[in-house]
Amino acid sequence: MERQPRKLFHFHGGVRLDEHKAESNASPIRPMPLLARYVVPLRQHIGTPARALVCVGDTVLRGQVIGAAEGYVSTAVHAPTSGRVTAIEPRAVPHPSGLYDLAVVIEADGEDRAVDPRPLDWPHMDPSALRNRIREMGLAGLGGAVFPSYIKLNPGAPREGAGAIHTLILNGAECEPWITCDDRLMRERAGEVLQGARIMAHMLGVRRILVGVETNKPEALAALRQAADEVTEIVAVPARYPGGGGKQLTYTLTGVEVPAGGLSTDVGIQVFNVGTAYGLYRAVVQGEPLVSRIVTVTGHVARPGNYEARIGTCIHDLLAAAGGCLEGANGEIVGGPMMGFELMDRDAPVTKAVNCVIVKSPVLFPPKPEALPCFRCGACAQACPVQLQPFEMYWYSRTRDFGKAQAYKLFDCIECGCCSYVCPSHIPLVDFFRFAKSEIWERERENQAADQARARHEFRTFRLEREKQEKAEKFAKAAAAAKAKAAAGDPADPEAAKKKAILDAALARAAKAKEEMAAAGIAPKNVDNLPPRVEKEIAEIETRRARVPHPGQEDPHD
Amino acid sequence: MNGSPFTLLANNSVSAVMLKVMAALIPGIIAHAWFFGPGIWVSLLLCSALGIGLETLALLMRARPLGPALKDGSVLVTAWLLALSLPTLAPWWLYALGMLFAVVVAKHLYGGFGQNPFNPAMVAYAALIVSFPVYMTQWPAPVGVAPHGVGLGEALDLVFAGQGGISPDAYTAATALDTWKTQIRMGKPVADILALPAFGWGGGRAQELVALMYLFGGLLLLANRVITWHIPVAFLSGLALTASLLHAMNPAQHAGPVLHLLSGGAMLGAFFIATDPVSAASTPRGKLIFAGLAGLITVLIRNFGGYPDGVAFAILLMNVAAPFIDAYTQPRVFGHKPGREDRT
Repeated sequence: MERQPRKLFHFHGGVRLDEHKAESNASPIRPMPLLARYVVPLRQHIGTPARALVCVGDTVLRGQVIGAAEGYVSTAVHAPTSGRVTAIEPRAVPHPSGLYDLAVVIEADGEDRAVDPRPLDWPHMDPSALRNRIREMGLAGLGGAVFPSYIKLNPGAPREGAGAIHTLILNGAECEPWITCDDRLMRERAGEVLQGARIMAHMLGVRRILVGVETNKPEALAALRQAADEVTEIVAVPARYPGGGGKQLTYTLTGVEVPAGGLSTDVGIQVFNVGTAYGLYRAVVQGEPLVSRIVTVTGHVARPGNYEARIGTCIHDLLAAAGGCLEGANGEIVGGPMMGFELMDRDAPVTKAVNCVIVKSPVLFPPKPEALPCFRCGACAQACPVQLQPFEMYWYSRTRDFGKAQAYKLFDCIECGCCSYVCPSHIPLVDFFRFAKSEIWERERENQAADQARARHEFRTFRLEREKQEKAEKFAKAAAAAKAKAAAGDPADPEAAKKKAILDAALARAAKAKEEMAAAGIAPKNVDNLPPRVEKEIAEIETRRARVPHPGQEDPHD
Repeated sequence: MNGSPFTLLANNSVSAVMLKVMAALIPGIIAHAWFFGPGIWVSLLLCSALGIGLETLALLMRARPLGPALKDGSVLVTAWLLALSLPTLAPWWLYALGMLFAVVVAKHLYGGFGQNPFNPAMVAYAALIVSFPVYMTQWPAPVGVAPHGVGLGEALDLVFAGQGGISPDAYTAATALDTWKTQIRMGKPVADILALPAFGWGGGRAQELVALMYLFGGLLLLANRVITWHIPVAFLSGLALTASLLHAMNPAQHAGPVLHLLSGGAMLGAFFIATDPVSAASTPRGKLIFAGLAGLITVLIRNFGGYPDGVAFAILLMNVAAPFIDAYTQPRVFGHKPGREDRT
């Protein structure tokens, strides 16, 4: 198909990196053998974790829902093979914190029986029903953000001021070094990827699909072009990190800047990773929920490559399948070297977010040199794809002047790592920005909690006051009614008249007693005529109180 | 802290940056030695040694680790810039005082590397020209112009043992800018002034070639991405435009742009001093304003002020304004609308 080459736009900054793609992209995707045990976390996506639907001892089939989507921003989780649930407990998960999270542990029975696949008649289905099915299929963004896909496939209700979605961008840029899972997927399953994209386009009601792939993947580009139809345009974009960032790729392809703090849908564009498109194809056309993904295993391992791993595959099993780590390996990175994180525990499983595991060695990833002071050389600002001034943000983050850091648009930072990468003083700038952001969030939470407490207190005071008033009004009304009744001298109620007479007599007695006491010069006061022991005690207390400093006179420097 | 990115740009460090700056100075230094004699080596070495000594002393007094600060090489850049700004063959204590000002006062009293609001070498230069104006004008004459050429042995003698042996008149001469200033004051016609031995084909005799070598070194810095184009281009443009304007208004009083560009500290200032990132403005537009105004002020000082050259004062004045300029020239962040915004 002949086309004018698309005019591409150049986003600010970015860096050229050693690609390290050749280590893992030479051989085809390898399926992982069936393992004895899988650990499937219930929180594998952005939003609310799935709710466990199985109990310990239950038998499950491959593709059976074991965790149901809970709330709007959520998606389902499935059993990766048939077997028995042996535990539902906190387990190591791939997260920078190293904290444990609730997971369903499944002992495989070795038969790998599956639930019956339910392909969907997507062109004729009600869009809402289709989205609900996709939610139940567990689809989330496989580029690493793992946002539940069914939400992004809803064309309705664009935000105020935004038009309808007109363009679907498929992100096959894969700009991080070392990672090649999308590259291999596009080479080997281009047709399926584009079929997934067509379903997405159908659901979103868009007529134009742009697939952005960096120029360093000529085979993938060729395979996609082979499979493309007339609404799909395969675009080679320059290999410049972070060209695969959603907003960067959108800009490169269309020249449109997604507004700060907004979504690409605000400018009529929806972006999905190619892996997600493939997952959607599998879910919709083949009726298989998301139970596996392609993971690049590379770096200091015997057999680097791409592995089709079931969700829940422990990373030590994955490394074993890649022939094990080589001599001198010193840890693993989950994700790419620019934005990934250090794996804390090899027992952690592959989740929907895990696209790559890089085994480190001191040669491949030399220890970082000691940081020196910033001398404002501006290399970071030149490299920043968002055109921030990282050295200013660093200055204010370091001195905990978070207000100023925010004024320099700290929250526009995408943490791509370009600034840290180019810094001649080797300052871990991104770490400072993560720190500043989390501190600001923490303060915000505290402020919110305080505001809430204050609001609650104020409402309580208001409520008590209101109740008091209401009560007083009610009594006043009742008293008025009673008075009116008494004045009327209700003859129909001799009982009331009798009560009133008793009451009047008692009141008269009390008034008389008071008069007598007043005449005798006695004031009704309970501190009069006290025994000496009590008088002494009171005096002691008074002297003690006099010694206690008054709150208003406290040392202001205290 | 999750540690990413796990890879850093190779062969990239503060010392690498400083080494590139020093390497880019070498063509100018060689030209200097060629045209003005080997005295420059003495002042370069002396200033370097003083710099390392004073840096060590300052770090010890501040109880800071010596290793990283000495390895970064920044003190050597300061030392070289000061040595190239001061007249060669001056007495040793002049360099010592200069380095004291540069390293201890201008750098470490403000918190050390990366914290100085002013360019240390220019602070030292300013302090010395205010305190010792006579020594500061005794520049060696170009080889061949001076009645007496000073060799290396004599240079050492002059610097360390005092100037008893030979009279400064034998080997120094007023610089082109100095000559212009005094001759114009005496009411000499421009044609006669330019015929004096202080002037060459474009700027100061021989000095013009040293300036071109600094320009060459500066282009190396640009090619190596140590500096961006903004500051040198704006500085030289500001300088040339102001000089042209004044020259057009009154050619009998004000020198033309070529003399301004190729004399005094213009090229050294444009590429090596105004570009000091610590004390300069750092946003792209800020750099243009910062350096453009520095060029303008340089010419104003040269043409109307009391000193023959104005590069040092112009840069110091703009150093004061740099944070302010930065605050008002922040680039538009991706996804934000143009213009000033309220913070969110």
